[in-house]
Amino acid sequence: MRVDLTVNGKDISAEVEDRTLLVHFLREVADLTATNVGCDTTSCGACTVLLDGESVKSCTILAAQASGHEVTTIEGLAPEGAGMHPVQKAFHQEHGLQCGFCTPGMVMAIVSLLKENPDPTEEQVRAGLEGNLCRCTGYHNIVRAALAAARTLAAPEVTR
Amino acid sequence: MSIMGTRVIRTEDPRLLTAGGIYVDDLRIPELSGAARLTFVRSPVGHARIVGIDSSAALAEPGVLAVLTAKDMDDLPVPPRSEGEPADVDEENAGEGGQAAGGGVWHEPLLAAGRVRFVGEPVAVVLTEAAYQGEDAADLVNVEYEQLPAVVGPLAAVRDETLLFEAAGTNTFTERHRDSFDDTPFGACEVVIDQDVVNQRVAPMPIEARAAAAAYLSGKLTVWLSSQNAQIARDTICDSLGMTPDRVRVVVPDVGGGFGAKIGIDRDPRIVAWAARKTGRPVRWAETRTENLIAMTHGRAQHQHVKIGGDRDGTIKAYRLDVIQDVGAYPRASFLAGLTRLMASGVYDIPQVQAGYRAVVTSTTPIDAYRGAGRPEATAAIERAVDLFAAAIGMDPVEVRRKNFIAPDKFPYQTKTGATYDSGRYADALDKVLAAADYLGLRAEQRRRRESGEVFQLGIGVSSYVEITAGDAAAGETARLVVDGNGGATVYTGSSPHGQGHQTAWAMLVQDELGIPMDQVTIIHGDTDLIPDAIGTYGSRSLQLGGSAVHKATVEVKDEARRQVAQMLEAAEADVVLDLGTGRWQVRGDPDTALTWAQVAGHTAQGSLTADVKFISERPTFPFGAHVAVVEVDTETGKVRLVRHITADDAGPVLNPVLAEGQRHGGIAQGAAQALFEEILYDADANPLTSTLADYAAISATELPSFELVSSETPTDLNPLGVKGIGEAGTIGATPAVQNAVVDALAHLGIRHIDMPATPERVWAAIQEAK
Repeated sequence: MRVDLTVNGKDISAEVEDRTLLVHFLREVADLTATNVGCDTTSCGACTVLLDGESVKSCTILAAQASGHEVTTIEGLAPEGAGMHPVQKAFHQEHGLQCGFCTPGMVMAIVSLLKENPDPTEEQVRAGLEGNLCRCTGYHNIVRAALAAARTLAAPEVTR
Repeated sequence: MSIMGTRVIRTEDPRLLTAGGIYVDDLRIPELSGAARLTFVRSPVGHARIVGIDSSAALAEPGVLAVLTAKDMDDLPVPPRSEGEPADVDEENAGEGGQAAGGGVWHEPLLAAGRVRFVGEPVAVVLTEAAYQGEDAADLVNVEYEQLPAVVGPLAAVRDETLLFEAAGTNTFTERHRDSFDDTPFGACEVVIDQDVVNQRVAPMPIEARAAAAAYLSGKLTVWLSSQNAQIARDTICDSLGMTPDRVRVVVPDVGGGFGAKIGIDRDPRIVAWAARKTGRPVRWAETRTENLIAMTHGRAQHQHVKIGGDRDGTIKAYRLDVIQDVGAYPRASFLAGLTRLMASGVYDIPQVQAGYRAVVTSTTPIDAYRGAGRPEATAAIERAVDLFAAAIGMDPVEVRRKNFIAPDKFPYQTKTGATYDSGRYADALDKVLAAADYLGLRAEQRRRRESGEVFQLGIGVSSYVEITAGDAAAGETARLVVDGNGGATVYTGSSPHGQGHQTAWAMLVQDELGIPMDQVTIIHGDTDLIPDAIGTYGSRSLQLGGSAVHKATVEVKDEARRQVAQMLEAAEADVVLDLGTGRWQVRGDPDTALTWAQVAGHTAQGSLTADVKFISERPTFPFGAHVAVVEVDTETGKVRLVRHITADDAGPVLNPVLAEGQRHGGIAQGAAQALFEEILYDADANPLTSTLADYAAISATELPSFELVSSETPTDLNPLGVKGIGEAGTIGATPAVQNAVVDALAHLGIRHIDMPATPERVWAAIQEAK
């Protein structure tokens, strides 16, 4: 079947098998490999992307379901030439990543979380990340990064 | 000013945060264009004879290129046969790189030949044009099995009622040091406690599961592999496929976590490499999480019996640790129980120590290293035993520990099981962590809750630990450093990162010694053509061996540069100095003579300065520390919440606190995970019950607090940096602290032991039983 998606602002049309998962479309058709697959039960969140601005696990929806919609992956999170998004910057500053495999999904989940709740407590961040697994960091610095990014995003534009 | 010990954020991150890492399955390189997708057909039964394999239906599917089975493996070397005796390996000295201890009658094939011994064992592979086709076709490979009785759990295995390797005549692969068990010393103790302790089977579970790709071109096999050790992987491939090292290249791109389960190369990716050689077509494979949970090696899996004896004044006089190590279906790593034995007596000066073990095969996934690899098991046993002893004599567990620590003036300290501890200040570490935790305040709060009969009871768990890192110190590590005509440096390191931050750390070492800025230092790793001789990463060896090798190379390059500069400036070598701030050479006190690294390197005949070194350490190092865990137990539901975790982990001077703290955080989480949540389970027929992340309770952010880290730095004199390993401290210290905290919360009910994981069901049952 034919699907038409906007991925990181670019229109991509392709003929795919009906059962093609969005994550496989992103990796194999759009050739965007930052989004990873970490499980097969929607448990780990490594494949988290934004669909029309909201986080989804791209292993759990079909490319067909995303057809006609806008998908953002970590490659397209910050506008071209604009450096890193505040959440990416916070991950760097706070050492929120080690092996980097869960990171793209983790960052996208936090972007979405902070959009829903711009001023979360530590407990709310932890609850919000229940569906994103990391095996390296013990989550300590991921949580710090999320809280630091929230502060940055809340501050006036000039200080970013 | 030296950059050492300062908080340098990682240079790896911008790439990982914007474009994402390039893990094996992300490789889009010409060598792999048109690669076939490989899908495994795995055994669905725990123990069976393979009666026949019919591939015809699968071969008729669209996109199917081949179905390969053991019958097609007619191009492999014949495995060496022993006379049926268990291999006599020296576990204590094997280290984590020690190769599979099996062989002979315990031989593990590549694709199963005639017999399967665990659910998930590879039986056939399907090669297809595309991934989805592979999953469809694998389902159509018809394998007929004649089921055989399975053996689940080490206690069943030792009974030898069902034999898994008939030719061996027993399920016990090896038995060591149990003949030293003698009850006499316990007879002289006022109090003796016996306790069975289960150190359950858990999954290493790197978020990037296993992946490999391979291409065979003009007689050379290239394997791209998610691994901790490219060079060990190359050697294992050579052994398995009958090739010489010059014909095999292993390339390790970014690795999405290892935790010991990606040491070298295990069975499945070797089959991938073979398939590429067999068919002549590039092949790629990335496993699913279910495959990962049933076919990547598991960790721990020990059934322990502890016996501890001492007097009512708190003196521990005798300790025994008897281990049955479940090695799973094939004995890949019996060194684990050897390491547990080596570290049995922990931080304590106990006059009588008896430690022995058996390693047994069962119808389950093979066991191998998992973060800590044998040492968390030793620490869990002794730390539980000390708490049991403290409870029996009615003494604060902290006081019992203090009374029995090896004193600081006794180092180097020779243990009864043959380890030589280099340095340690165990009481200091404990004091630091107790102060940070406000131990007395916590005990007061615990008393208050007990007296008022609150539902949420507080538990305070303490553990003191010592561990062994760089267990194979004498194998050393390599580094090659090149300073080129542009003044930049390139380090070819034998050490291999999978999240630790080698790129940042190694560049810091270069800048610190040579004054070449970090952003002009390139780090190359994980390619056997570029770095033929190396060991790689396991056993917390990277900084102390690999980092010391980089340091040694910088010193050699500096010495060579000094000679060059002396010549160039017509000065005595002793008068030539390097300004580390500017990275310029000059005659002392004469800035006008300044030469850049580019000028110095350019002046040499070859246009660059090179040092090719191997750093070998005399002996392993023994990091130590103390952890305090604070839990709240809901006495109505049995649910445990870890509310605080405080640690002092001493691995010598810290190169970069950012990286060291990250290592500690990750380890603490995995330790708490084992204590509270995670366990791989099988039913009585050896069917896995935890084969997805919906069933395996991998720890998430929700279940953890932020951690409180206290610093402690006691140097070793075994390497020029004074450092020990930090990578495994977390699992070693945290696991028993959290478990002890759960028991402590319920001690007033008379509860003395709860096995891990302390799930609500298990805790609730213990409370009911105590009532």
